[in-house]
Amino acid sequence: MIPSHKRLFGAVVALLLGASGPAAAQQLELKVMAPAAPGGGWDQTARAMQQALVASGVARSVQVTNVAGAGGSVGIAQFVNGAKGDGNQLMVNGFVMVGALAMNKSPVTLEQVTPIARLTEEIQVIVVPANSPIKTAQDLAAAVKADIAKVTFAGGSAGGVDHVMAALFAGTVGADAKKINYIPFSGGGESLAAILGGKVTAGISGLSEYEGQIKAGKLRALGVTSEKRLPGSDIPTFKEQGIDLVLANWRSVVAPPGITPEQRKTLSDAVEKMAKSDAWKDILKQKGWDDAYLGGDAFADFLKKEIVRVTDVLKSVGLVKS
Amino acid sequence: MDTFAALAHGMAVAVQPMNLLYALIGVFLGTAVGVLPGIGPALTVALLLPVTYKLDPGGSLIMFAGIYYGGMYGGSTTAILINTPGESASMATALEGNKMAKAGRGGPALATSAIGSFVAGTIATIGLAFLAPWLVDFAVRFGPEDYFALMCVAFVTVSATFGDSPIRGLTSLFIGLALGLVGIDKLTGQARLAFGIPELLDGVEVTTLAVGLFAVGEALYVASRRHHTEEKLEPVRGSLWMTKEDWRRSWKPWLRGTLFGFPIGALPAGGAEIPTFLSYSTERRLTKHPEEFGKGAIEGVAGPEAANNASAAGTLVPLLTLGLPTSATAAMMLAGFQQYGLNPGPLLFAERPDLVWGLIASLFIANGMLLVLNLPLVGLWVRLLAIPQPWLYAGILVFATMGTIAAKPSVVELSMLAAFGVMGFLMRRFDFPIAPVVIGLILGPIAESQLRRALAISLGDPMVLLQSPMSATLLGIALIALLAPFVLKGLGRFKANED
Repeated sequence: MIPSHKRLFGAVVALLLGASGPAAAQQLELKVMAPAAPGGGWDQTARAMQQALVASGVARSVQVTNVAGAGGSVGIAQFVNGAKGDGNQLMVNGFVMVGALAMNKSPVTLEQVTPIARLTEEIQVIVVPANSPIKTAQDLAAAVKADIAKVTFAGGSAGGVDHVMAALFAGTVGADAKKINYIPFSGGGESLAAILGGKVTAGISGLSEYEGQIKAGKLRALGVTSEKRLPGSDIPTFKEQGIDLVLANWRSVVAPPGITPEQRKTLSDAVEKMAKSDAWKDILKQKGWDDAYLGGDAFADFLKKEIVRVTDVLKSVGLVKS
Repeated sequence: MDTFAALAHGMAVAVQPMNLLYALIGVFLGTAVGVLPGIGPALTVALLLPVTYKLDPGGSLIMFAGIYYGGMYGGSTTAILINTPGESASMATALEGNKMAKAGRGGPALATSAIGSFVAGTIATIGLAFLAPWLVDFAVRFGPEDYFALMCVAFVTVSATFGDSPIRGLTSLFIGLALGLVGIDKLTGQARLAFGIPELLDGVEVTTLAVGLFAVGEALYVASRRHHTEEKLEPVRGSLWMTKEDWRRSWKPWLRGTLFGFPIGALPAGGAEIPTFLSYSTERRLTKHPEEFGKGAIEGVAGPEAANNASAAGTLVPLLTLGLPTSATAAMMLAGFQQYGLNPGPLLFAERPDLVWGLIASLFIANGMLLVLNLPLVGLWVRLLAIPQPWLYAGILVFATMGTIAAKPSVVELSMLAAFGVMGFLMRRFDFPIAPVVIGLILGPIAESQLRRALAISLGDPMVLLQSPMSATLLGIALIALLAPFVLKGLGRFKANED
């Protein structure tokens, strides 16, 4: 399937790599696509990679390109069609793209790209206003079971991680996820106002977004979606409270389809080296991101499972027609 | 801490030479990117973030604030001179400002916008320093039903204002509303009117529509008329500066514009567009020179310009007190805070008072700098108008195209720009007002999603719109504004009959 000159090129690259060892890695000139406008999470991840790849000496130069549109649907289409077989390109993606592609009936899917590695993740939280009668996750579960339509959840865009989480919460506690009353807001700011103003029952978002308000006592955190309690935090997990809801908003990096196993190895090694570098660790600390490095086949496996899980949830809430 | 003492302390931080330099760089960059359509302050801050993370937090945040204020200034310059609003917030300015420029009054138009921005920016910054805690409380209680009611007020006042015939104004408005439907529906995530084109999934970009309708449409129209009558543009007619009369007609719109801009800017979903259009329609109603509106009335520049700067200060209220970003630029500034491990919110004022008050104080300084930077340039800018028309309009076309490509490098986007240009030309040719199309595109989607959110929260009970006192009041105002012209007309006829 691979054109012969590309195969030849791959062989030459492999030869060069084999011949000159680590010095050859220095010659990497990468292009990283952020399938979003400058400033968002994917863009920041791409620019952080750029910084760390160069600072740790893994690559000689890294160029970040932005292709914005429709939760990454525009970017991935361009990536899959335009970068096919190119062993010097990467694209940042994440949880939200899985849902966006399914909802937009994108002709291009994440099954087509070559998985490289998961890089970061953010734990999700459910909050209520400080004066809410709901004190624990079990209280919320009881309210959801009593009359699901009356419990309003505020969160980010329809089909995004917050929406999926609302549906998973309802499903896990034994209510009909199809009937959740989820109200999407654009960005954390607007939904935060709705929660603080008591317009909705509960709010869902990434933990860092609401951390300031939780510490200031304006919001009460009912639970976080991590497997174990976060270090230094007094917010209980859902699991501790008997609700099996584990979820993270992950970000990862993928390569184009049609690259050779050698090219894949080169890219995987480069990303792994970057993810273990001090430069990357510094950036993570600075941005408050959690290290969630997962490489190789383990990540490919994880990605497959997440696609199935998210698509099932979106089907159950009627956002994706089966 | 006492606000005055805190502010004085902040002043001391802001006048440190390095911080002054950052403020200067910020306002300069901001003005420059404000002039270019498509490249907004948000994009600039995003691109600068990785560069600045090694600087100290105070300095770079001061610079970001300078960019934000500067962008609001710069956008108005191109709006007035070449009818190309650099930001959607300068759209209302273009309406009267460009007419003034064509009548040789570009100087006073630029001056009233610069001074108005200064006045509004200063008053609003004072508001930010003293009213922030109270205002944010109000802003948070503003629910979806209240937003919907506010949109109703905006629709009624704005659509009644534009065009000589209401039917033409409404036609334009509905074209805008239809364009606003394109893209992914925010509440259900389903695509509407996208025709399978992925670029359309995010909807029609406001700046593409505005630049297409205003700038490209205008260029085509001028080209089509060239053989009929050569329109001679005089760069300066009368005084280059504002006359006594201009001052007298400007100061009230400045203050009223500030009153619209600051509180609406502080609302989480307020934005800068609504107050500018509200200010424009208000000035048009209150003016003693209604005959000048549509031909270049100074009130129509003074009000909206004050409003857009005041709203920029308003945006900082929820950002600093709650960590709520309410505009794209504010969101980028939030990212700026976070890169230093600072979380804006209720605790920031207590934890880092030097930073917060230094930032507020430097806003005053940035405002002063912008005035000093912009006023001397007025004389230079108006010379642009002396360029022969074919060159000027060719330049505008290049400028508009470049701006669009810079914002979104895609064939679809450029085709849309061209299509909107042709649409703008036809609308001018057949006398349809252009502004309502843009207003429809901006306000339509907001009104729709807020109404649907309100109804989702109330479980489908429409009474929610009347149960909130805020929403009920605003809807009442909208109703009065809608009926008043008819009632007044009827009363006038009644009186005439009595005589």
